[in-house]
Amino acid sequence: MTGWRVAGGGGPVIPNFGHPSACLEHNGWFCTDWLTKHWGDTLQPALIQHIQLTLIAVGIGFGISFLLALVGFRWRLFEGPIGGFTDFLYAIPSLALFQLLVPLTGVTVTTVEIALTSYTLFILYRTMIAGLRAVPEEVLESARGMGLTRIQTFIRVELPLATPAILAGLRIATVATISIATVAAFLIQDGLGVPIFDAIETPDLFKTKLLAASGLAILLALVADALLAFVQRALTPWSRLR
Amino acid sequence: MPTEAAELVFDEATKVYPGRDGAAVDHLSLTVPSGEICVLVGPSGGGKTTALKLVNRLIPLTSGYIRIDGTQIGDYDVTELRRSIGYVIQQVGLFPHMTVEANIGTVPRLLGWERSRIRERVGELLELVGLDPEQDRRRFPAELSGGQRQRVGLARALAANPALMLMDEPFGAIDPIVRARLQDEFLRLQGELRKTVVFVTHDVDEAIKLGDRIAILREGGRLAQYDTPQRILEHPVDEFVADFVGRDRALKALALRTLGELELVPAGRDGGDGLPRLGADANLRDALALLIAERRDALLVVGADGSPVGVARRRDLIG
Repeated sequence: MTGWRVAGGGGPVIPNFGHPSACLEHNGWFCTDWLTKHWGDTLQPALIQHIQLTLIAVGIGFGISFLLALVGFRWRLFEGPIGGFTDFLYAIPSLALFQLLVPLTGVTVTTVEIALTSYTLFILYRTMIAGLRAVPEEVLESARGMGLTRIQTFIRVELPLATPAILAGLRIATVATISIATVAAFLIQDGLGVPIFDAIETPDLFKTKLLAASGLAILLALVADALLAFVQRALTPWSRLR
Repeated sequence: MPTEAAELVFDEATKVYPGRDGAAVDHLSLTVPSGEICVLVGPSGGGKTTALKLVNRLIPLTSGYIRIDGTQIGDYDVTELRRSIGYVIQQVGLFPHMTVEANIGTVPRLLGWERSRIRERVGELLELVGLDPEQDRRRFPAELSGGQRQRVGLARALAANPALMLMDEPFGAIDPIVRARLQDEFLRLQGELRKTVVFVTHDVDEAIKLGDRIAILREGGRLAQYDTPQRILEHPVDEFVADFVGRDRALKALALRTLGELELVPAGRDGGDGLPRLGADANLRDALALLIAERRDALLVVGADGSPVGVARRRDLIG
């Protein structure tokens, strides 16, 4: 179990930098020399891994949620139970979920993705169902009266009208996943959680590293949110008019 | 289904909702001749809207028949039937995510028309319903007023040139001034298009104004009287109809005739000088109202160019 992290490994964790700056010697919050030196070997790879972790979890979560929402929307009987199931998944503490999954999928990225994906379902499923159910009755009646079939009504009317709600859910799920994905480092050497854990485990707390990794996670969340907000506006120009 | 106007026949058409006492529409039999406007009117619970939705099978018949040009509606494929019937509802139900052009083009797209033909048709229809074919086609429903939305709703229903139009209180949610204008324009349109129209309203005055024939439905979806507005006002078959059309039915009947239809007395040497003047296209109710207001016994009827046509006396109006 090489990936398991244990706090306080003993011994000097800060390697010998050769000529540490005064900032590093005093363990400052924002030492630019460390940042420039370790962007390439620490921060950038962690950021890219973090983006990958998030994209896979949100992507697969979106697909699963969509299928679940189709079922819950088409057969009202299942709407509540499916919602309850996603609530339940969301309520499991992530560290406990890792423990439960390790015997099945091992100490792998798969385990992490299963956990992250299952957390997105709660938000995505609910917003999809809410968006689809919010289509006004008179719009559905005129669609029916004009001779749109059930499937045409879904594809041409219900789905586009639910798009603002679905994308709003996607924004929340993405930001939440970026934040939650830092705990992946509890299990594997992936993502911005790794430098954060490293910094915490350093005696006296490696402040620059902690701040840099956390800051990147926050920045990533903000950028992703802004990007999706832009997509939302571009896809649904009509939704800003009311 | 024919592309011009179709004859619509209700033959003992009945709707009973399961688990509810009594029928919503009870053995309704009436014929709407092709090219005429039939207004279904009556108190709530009279089954007007239900009767309308039976026609495009939004509500299935319990028993009886409805035929369009002799073919039972059940013999059509349901989506084909609906695409061949124009349908307008009170809340309009425009698609908020589509432009005016896309809304109007809905049924033509479903029918597989070519893009260029749809574009052309949309322009034609926008002009027809009094909207700007260039500016308005790109707008979204949220950018339109209530009256404009209902114009688009009407254009959308007319898009594939249906032989039959079903209109469920289309002007019900619009303020009185705009409503009156839309009614006038609708009549003008109908003068050109000559569709067969079934029009539901709860407003007797609207029924009288728009209907070639009026079907008055009473509670339980039973037909009380089916007749021209004139005959319904002058000869209501029973208390219910008389009550429903109102105590002022004699005045409403006056509104159906114009001064031009009267036999007028020649104007005389003075040319009717000093008499109040009114155009020949004014209705008798307005003429009577003018005489009462002016405390006079006669008025001068003038043509469109203002030249005297003759004199109408108070007793000619109400005789």
